[in-house]
Amino acid sequence: MYFFSTEKMSVGYDKKPILENIEIGVERGEILTLIGPNGAGKSTILKSIAKQLDLVAGTAYIDGRSLSDISRNELPRRQAQVFTGRLNTELMTCRDVVAMGRYPYTGKFGILSAEDYRTVDEAMELVRITALAHMDFNKISDGQRQRVMMARALCQRPELILLDEPVTYLDIKHKLEFLSLLQEMTRKKNITVIMSLHELDLARKISDKILCIGENGTERYGTPEEVFKDDYITSLFHIDIGSYGESCDTLELEPPKGEPRTFVLAGMGTGMDTFRKLQRQGVPFVTGIIYENDLDYPIAKALAAHIICEAPFSRIGDEKLDEAKCWLKRCNNIICCRDRFGDWESGNQKLYNILTNMRL
Amino acid sequence: MVLAALLVILIILNICIGSVHITVREVIGGFTGVEISDTAKNIIWQIRLPRALAATVLGGALALSGYLLQTFFHNPIAGPFVLGISSGSKLAVALVMVFLSETLTHISSFMLIAAAFVGAAAAMGFVLLMSKAVDKMSMLIVGGVMIGYICSAITDIVVTFAQDADIVNLHNWSKGSFSGISWENVTVMSFTVFVTSAIVFGMSKPISAYQLGETYAKSMGVDIKLFRMLLVLLSSVLAASVTAFAGPVSFVGIAVPHLAKRLLKTAKPILMIPASFLGGAVFCLFCDLLARNLFAPTEMSISTVTAVFGAPVVIAVLIQRKRGR
Repeated sequence: MYFFSTEKMSVGYDKKPILENIEIGVERGEILTLIGPNGAGKSTILKSIAKQLDLVAGTAYIDGRSLSDISRNELPRRQAQVFTGRLNTELMTCRDVVAMGRYPYTGKFGILSAEDYRTVDEAMELVRITALAHMDFNKISDGQRQRVMMARALCQRPELILLDEPVTYLDIKHKLEFLSLLQEMTRKKNITVIMSLHELDLARKISDKILCIGENGTERYGTPEEVFKDDYITSLFHIDIGSYGESCDTLELEPPKGEPRTFVLAGMGTGMDTFRKLQRQGVPFVTGIIYENDLDYPIAKALAAHIICEAPFSRIGDEKLDEAKCWLKRCNNIICCRDRFGDWESGNQKLYNILTNMRL
Repeated sequence: MVLAALLVILIILNICIGSVHITVREVIGGFTGVEISDTAKNIIWQIRLPRALAATVLGGALALSGYLLQTFFHNPIAGPFVLGISSGSKLAVALVMVFLSETLTHISSFMLIAAAFVGAAAAMGFVLLMSKAVDKMSMLIVGGVMIGYICSAITDIVVTFAQDADIVNLHNWSKGSFSGISWENVTVMSFTVFVTSAIVFGMSKPISAYQLGETYAKSMGVDIKLFRMLLVLLSSVLAASVTAFAGPVSFVGIAVPHLAKRLLKTAKPILMIPASFLGGAVFCLFCDLLARNLFAPTEMSISTVTAVFGAPVVIAVLIQRKRGR
């Protein structure tokens, strides 16, 4: 049995469903990420699981118990939430904010015991913000704030943490740091994480399960390997300008239009900078002869008007060389990105010789 | 604490100073009941003491009401006066005073509070409707001030058509004053205000969670609907009890919570609630002292004095906020 699961769950506002029949299941200590275009309903799902919104239909289970059976007082001890959006606090130190996480455990007046303060300090140590304890919460950076909010959530001693776009406003260093922290929590504390992310590349790496929410509702659910295939992301986000390459998470702008008059001899990752430079200059180009497993290949596929390519680790055949020569005749601009070639790509060596002769 | 000590000193000062000077020894005598002239005794027991107590209780109520409204709207310049709540209850009380005084010979303190509460609740209702429509906090305040003006205008019309005998009373009251408070008034207001304040103090835990915003409060198990309703209700009751007896008093509600915050250097509700109350009491006693004596025998309206001291605090808060961002 899953630690967290849903059964025919429908979510929405004012009893009007936005997303229907959601069926997901996550084990303890796993990370489930929701991805999809803006406005598809990622936050709505999170808010519903958080009980900030009522479910329109169906059920969600935490540890085998229906969400509706868990009382207002019990839920915060099992589930904590971290939201985006700026908080405006007044005269609150970071430690004060973290200490708020003890709310579900304190008495009538919310006075913290020595034990509570120990938990607070432990949580701050765990997310490495002990040094911030006495700083004003309003005067720290976004990355630090997110850590403080994480420590606050940990103080609730949750089994499940919900996060809505937790790294959106962070720079890459802090994105990586924060997600690593999440990973650490799932490993050390066996906490289950459900979050939404806009960073597809990171979602793919950190998630155990991914739920894709498109314009027509929940579309795919599974491991990253199951989700990131068959060019699915392009259709999930309806990408029509530019492209997203699944194999290497390459996000490229639109290829230049027009008849190619430029030939780029590339391969072994030497060509990608040139491809992007030509894209910036708006110059359409042909490139080859590139192996289909080359680093240059996904970028060439996104940007080149035509690629002359060969199957991986095979000898470059004469017909490919002829194809390249054919394209060369139409080009008046030649760019050589490399001058040394391996034993199997003698075809490229020949092409190189032709190019250097043409230049002279 | 400093505030409590200040409070005691100011109560004594308020009793001593006036058109008839009374020595501290006489005041102590008045309480213990020895060697004191009848005039002094009368002044103490019939005029000064009820007035000082009223200023204490109502000042506290106003500041607390302001604190609750600031918490509720997450708005540093919210208060019962700027949001039009005081004016709303003023209107209701004026209506009751003018129209019912013909049929009833005596209007009880409870009726005044009830009328004031209805007015406050109505004004609060408008403000809440407005807060749904506009999400900018400055707009909320502008709207509140407008509601205040509308209510004041209607009050003025009512006063204009009132009978001569009522006008004298109404006129003083509608500008805000602690004068003419009877012991019956004091008992009723103390009861109402203390009970309400005790409930507020009991709510300090959810208020602390609410400081992180509604979503977080809800995520930690606060029953948000009930909590918001209580906040609105309690702040209205507090503001209403003030208006019922002293008319609309400006700036105490906005300024005192900020002063208390600076003094305590924390915003923890469990400290802020008593501090706001004591602070409001001290502030009002001090202002009433000035209102009575500065241009004696002419008495100023209490709002005149509170505005002089309160408005600069509000401006300072706004400037500081701007700089903090």
